[in-house]
Amino acid sequence: MTLLRTKGLSRHFDGLKAVDGVDFALDPGEIRAIIGPNGAGKSTFVSLLSGRIKPSAGQVFFEDRDVTGMPAHKRVRMGIAYTFQITNIYGAMTVLENIAIAAQNRLRPHLFSRKPVSEVEIARAATKAAQEVGLGDLLYETAGTLAYGHQRLLEVAMGLALQPKLLILDEPTQGLSDSEIENFQEVVRRVAQSATVLLIEHNMDVVMALADRITVLDNGRVLAEGSPGEIVHNDAVQAAYLGAPA
Amino acid sequence: MTLHNGKLLALCVVTVIVLFGLQFVLPPYLTLALTRILILSVFAMGYNMLMGYTGLLSLGHAMFFAAGLYAAGLSTYYWGVTLPVAFVLGIVGAFAVSLVIGLLALRTQAVSFMIVTLMFAQAGYLMTLQFTNITGGDQGLTLPTDARSFGLFGMVVDMTSDTARFNLALLIFTVVLAVLFAITQGPLGRLFVAVRENEPRTQMLGFDTYAIKLTAFTVSGTISGTAGALYGLMFGYIGSSFAGFQNSIEALLYTLIGGPGTLLGPLLGTAVMTMLIDRLSGITTAYLIVIGVLLIVVNLWFPKGILGTIRDRWLGWLK
Ligand SMILES: Nc1ncnc2c1ncn2[C@@H]1O[C@H](COP(=O)(O)OP(=O)(O)O)[C@@H](O)[C@H]1O
Ligand SMILES: [Mg+2]
Repeated sequence: MTLLRTKGLSRHFDGLKAVDGVDFALDPGEIRAIIGPNGAGKSTFVSLLSGRIKPSAGQVFFEDRDVTGMPAHKRVRMGIAYTFQITNIYGAMTVLENIAIAAQNRLRPHLFSRKPVSEVEIARAATKAAQEVGLGDLLYETAGTLAYGHQRLLEVAMGLALQPKLLILDEPTQGLSDSEIENFQEVVRRVAQSATVLLIEHNMDVVMALADRITVLDNGRVLAEGSPGEIVHNDAVQAAYLGAPA
Repeated sequence: MTLHNGKLLALCVVTVIVLFGLQFVLPPYLTLALTRILILSVFAMGYNMLMGYTGLLSLGHAMFFAAGLYAAGLSTYYWGVTLPVAFVLGIVGAFAVSLVIGLLALRTQAVSFMIVTLMFAQAGYLMTLQFTNITGGDQGLTLPTDARSFGLFGMVVDMTSDTARFNLALLIFTVVLAVLFAITQGPLGRLFVAVRENEPRTQMLGFDTYAIKLTAFTVSGTISGTAGALYGLMFGYIGSSFAGFQNSIEALLYTLIGGPGTLLGPLLGTAVMTMLIDRLSGITTAYLIVIGVLLIVVNLWFPKGILGTIRDRWLGWLK
């Protein structure tokens, strides 16, 4: 069974074909990297998967269910978590409160829960997610005042707290220091034991270290797909992407 | 359930105790003023639920105050139901109106939301004038003598007694405060604030933000209507001025001054503003201009209101 599948998925912005007829499949448990030059349509593609934006054509299936018309919040409930490329956090709230909102979605999914979980439980789950990405010491800092790298990690922690089946990470290492990237790779490996990871990443060292398979997007289309070894030696990829100086 | 904002709870308890004690030291006319303040701050607390905690600015909350006022007042005036029953009918009426208006108005955002709530409220106001033969219109209706007292558990509560009115208002205020504490300081309140701070992000964390906003809207309208029902029954008068635009603006004003998104802000804002309006209207007929200027000043320099400013500077738990 595939975890996620798309058929002819497209999104046009006026004349621009940002995503153009993509057929894509993701197996449970894998770490998949999506690479491609700036403007290739990577962010748009994963936004279509998460339901954040609507496709112009095509379909998305999650666990063999057609979720194309499903609103984003229901897809999150089904297990698709999305972290934003441009950090999108609750700037005025603390780190802990930010993650607690995500944790609450999993622990207390209904607005008027008959059996309410305690706030302590929500706080504990949020704290754990913060510690996993290395934000354990910054729980009570206001999120908006954090360094950029820490805000990126907060995004990831919010995704983790959802305990998704599929974790979509859009350029998570952007702006992180080397040691933070090191730690981040650990986090992804750990998450991958229980979830599938779809990772958009510019840093090729990270891609090579983490990805089981790589999909290359260019001009909204799939240019190539394969193991890291195959991709590195693919001529078309060399020409379109890897060959270009970073 | 564990309590995680014990300091705020303690402050609420102290506030209620102090309010209770005030009736023994204040002269009668101030006790009466405080009774009005308590009821109007329930109105503002309902408003604050939506505007302060959830970040939705309504310009039509007079419609919910009036829904409670008319549902309670008319049912006792025409059907002769007892005051407790009329009060419950007032709350039910406000609940129904806010649920329906919420379903419609929440399809719009920001400025159009303000306009839509304003339009609905104006339509409601005009309806109270249109059906003057029922509502009494501008003139209003004065509730008959037998609707000025009620029996409860063998006691007769007299709505013309200052003491009875004050303690009843305080009781309702306390219940509403407790309910709002439970809502705003728990998981549900976290979602209201999440919508206020970043609605798209909240959707992407798996929440149906329309349902969250509708919940906030309905709670808000119902509480504002509770204040309306109480006001009408307690002072024995219902009239269309309560449905007017100025009443909506006053709820906004009380909340803004006291501190939007703080539990006790509406009480403080209502106290400060009603006292100020009383003083000013004694001095000059142009007091609305002074209020307007004050509103602008507060918005420019203290957009968080009194308690909101204190919260941001010193006391983070004051929310
Ligand atoms: N909301 C939008 N409106 C118009 N054009 C957009 C929008 N989002 C993305 N695009 C365009 O679609 C193309 C793909 O963008 P994006 O998916 O962000 O690429 P990537 O993430 O691979 O860098 C770009 O040319 C971008 O300018
Ligand atoms: Mg991108």
